[in-house]
Amino acid sequence: MATLDIHPQTTTHHDDHGHDHEHHGNFWTNYVFSEDHKVIAKQFLITGMAWALIGGILSVLFRLQLGFPEANLSWLRPILGGWLTPEGKIDPEFYLALVTMHGTIMVFFVLTAGLSGTFSNFLIPLQIGARDMASGFMNMLSYWFFFASSVIMFTSLFISTGPASGGWVIYPPLSALPQAMQGSGLGMTLWLVAMALFIVSSLLGGINYITTVINLRTKGMSFTKLPLTIWAFFFTAIIGVLSFPVLFAAALLLIFDRSFGTSFYLSDIYIGGEALPNQGGSPILFQHLFWFLGHPEVYIVLLPALGITSEIIATNSRKPIFGYKAMVGSMLFIAILSFVVWAHHMFVTGMNPFLGSIFTLLTLIIAVPSAVKIFNYVTTLWKGNIRFTAAMLFSIGLVSFFLTGGITGIFLGNSAIDIQLHDTYFVVAIFTW
Amino acid sequence: MSLIIGLGVVLVLAILYLIFRIGNLVELVKGKKDDVSSWNTANAYLLMLFMIVSLVSFVWYSVVHFDSYNLPVASEHGALTDYLFWITMAVTVVAFVIITIAMFWFTFKYRYQEGRKASFVSDDHRLEIIWTVIPAIVLALLIFSGLRAWNDITGPASKDAVVIELIGQQFLWTARYPGVKDSQLGKHNYKMIDASNEFGLDLSDKNTFDDFKSLELHLPKGKEVQLMIRAKDVLHSVFLPHFRVKMDAAPGMHTTFKFIPTKSTADMREETGNPNFNYEMACTEICGRGHFSMRFPVFVHDTVEDYEKWMASQEAWLKQNPEYLQRVPPALREAAMIKAGIPADSEAAIMASPVTVTAKFK
Repeated sequence: MATLDIHPQTTTHHDDHGHDHEHHGNFWTNYVFSEDHKVIAKQFLITGMAWALIGGILSVLFRLQLGFPEANLSWLRPILGGWLTPEGKIDPEFYLALVTMHGTIMVFFVLTAGLSGTFSNFLIPLQIGARDMASGFMNMLSYWFFFASSVIMFTSLFISTGPASGGWVIYPPLSALPQAMQGSGLGMTLWLVAMALFIVSSLLGGINYITTVINLRTKGMSFTKLPLTIWAFFFTAIIGVLSFPVLFAAALLLIFDRSFGTSFYLSDIYIGGEALPNQGGSPILFQHLFWFLGHPEVYIVLLPALGITSEIIATNSRKPIFGYKAMVGSMLFIAILSFVVWAHHMFVTGMNPFLGSIFTLLTLIIAVPSAVKIFNYVTTLWKGNIRFTAAMLFSIGLVSFFLTGGITGIFLGNSAIDIQLHDTYFVVAIFTW
Repeated sequence: MSLIIGLGVVLVLAILYLIFRIGNLVELVKGKKDDVSSWNTANAYLLMLFMIVSLVSFVWYSVVHFDSYNLPVASEHGALTDYLFWITMAVTVVAFVIITIAMFWFTFKYRYQEGRKASFVSDDHRLEIIWTVIPAIVLALLIFSGLRAWNDITGPASKDAVVIELIGQQFLWTARYPGVKDSQLGKHNYKMIDASNEFGLDLSDKNTFDDFKSLELHLPKGKEVQLMIRAKDVLHSVFLPHFRVKMDAAPGMHTTFKFIPTKSTADMREETGNPNFNYEMACTEICGRGHFSMRFPVFVHDTVEDYEKWMASQEAWLKQNPEYLQRVPPALREAAMIKAGIPADSEAAIMASPVTVTAKFK
């Protein structure tokens, strides 16, 4: 094999001297507070995998209780201690805490930070031909905000009143009133602080990805030639930057309600033998704000995986991806629609039924671009010469998974059918997919 | 003993690994051109096997557990949403099976073969238009039928519907009926809630006098029921699985759901062959540590007359808590005693009795 010249621009080499010097820095600047996108990607990868492990263990714990409700789990006492009832069952409140933390960890810490943080950081500069991200410093901050957030969220698992337990959607008033459940005390405070830091991290990362893709593409790398992976990361970053601030606002108002006596979400509450003075707030408001992030979040999790899959399938079939433009178009369409479907999570909350109709319509339309993507994947396999590498096997699995998850969404998106299925394991199943 | 077995397993695995390595080396020595794993063909067959096993087990459990998909339906709109459910199921299963078979068949048929070249196919606008338009049409039909059902279900209740209020709190439900004298629910105010006045009845409203409390949800068969739902503390959710009813209960607002029960408890006992069958209502919104136990028994009367008879047999809340007569404005007190069914000669004694419950204003 011929040796590749990795420094084709030898004449400009001197200009890069400052850049080269960074590689001679000490351990701290090279591996810890590094501004190099590859190192940061690996930091995200390792932290994300640690979180995946923790989130997985939590789910094993509550599934043990769920799957074997009669079983005596006293053998877990060395780990769980007081969180087991004397009969060897997981304490109901801790069960809810496990579910809550599993959801939070998986959705945000693993599938958002772990996925985008790792692959966007690693692949964007490499695939568009840039030397590094637009701002290495912001990129480093992004990881360290994520790390700080992780530390706080992890700490909250060990406090005596337990971590946040109101579900990963933290609907008030349950999450707003410490007298409603133990986990809504200190655990909830830590959850909110951790999520605030997490959102900062996610925004720093997202702005960087967008800037890099727009400005730092190498000569000849036009938008129409951009790899589908990068298109997916690009759309993901845009969705994240537009929707995470709304969650930030929702969390901020919740903090006000919890600590400063405001009534954004609280009204007419009688709890613990006393009537609270809060009046005029609406718990539904929080749900609107939460799902304005919450639904785009689904695509923040999904699009990077679809983007990577596009290229793995094309490469291992030894064919170009079928319908490149349709793939980009459908991702764009999905990204736009993801902002106008949030209330399909709220069909039975007492929201105006007319809104329900609109959101049913918009939600089911998403199935069209999703179907186009699946057909394009299948057609890419057609008449290929397929190598079953590990990546390829995972990608085929993802398409099959996407199909299953996608068609179950057609049930839930239909408001009339959702009446029966809402808040049941049907929803847990599609979410876990 | 187990040590020997363990060692044996390790040995067998080691031998298999060596065989695999030798196979690879032999290929290398033979001068294999491509870097494709010798497991490639095996993987293709395994994927095919996976598809067949999965599809067969999918069909098998769907047939065997067909009855567990949905509970027997006992309401008018429930029959409609179940129908929509099964229409959607039919459409999605067809799409699922076709796409799954196509995908796995392609991965098998076009697995790597030495010397074959992949075809260059990158675009086909006709094909793409077809598979954009077909799902769009099918979805339009699903959306149309779904929205028609949705509008019927969420439309206004008829004037003569039976109105029942359900109140969720940590961790129990209570029902408030309007009483037979005025058939109207009286006003309530959360600041008037105390240990006895758990509804927060505003006793200056004459409609509250005959309201009564029930710890069981009683419904008439064949008559429209309008549920008025609220919560005292955190979010709860009313779920009546057999009636396909679900609606959140939120503090500070009233949510509603209207439906017509079509099967009485007796009908359902006959249908399921279970003489102990009882309808049940559950909470489906996480509401705290007792969430799992937040159930409410439901009983459907065979006829509207039976239901009315049951209504008439219930004691007004005010009669059960006569000391609250002191809260009734003096001008309305006589009307209150008549409506609540309190004997007229007991007024003096009630008014003289010490106030047992003090309101908690904060």
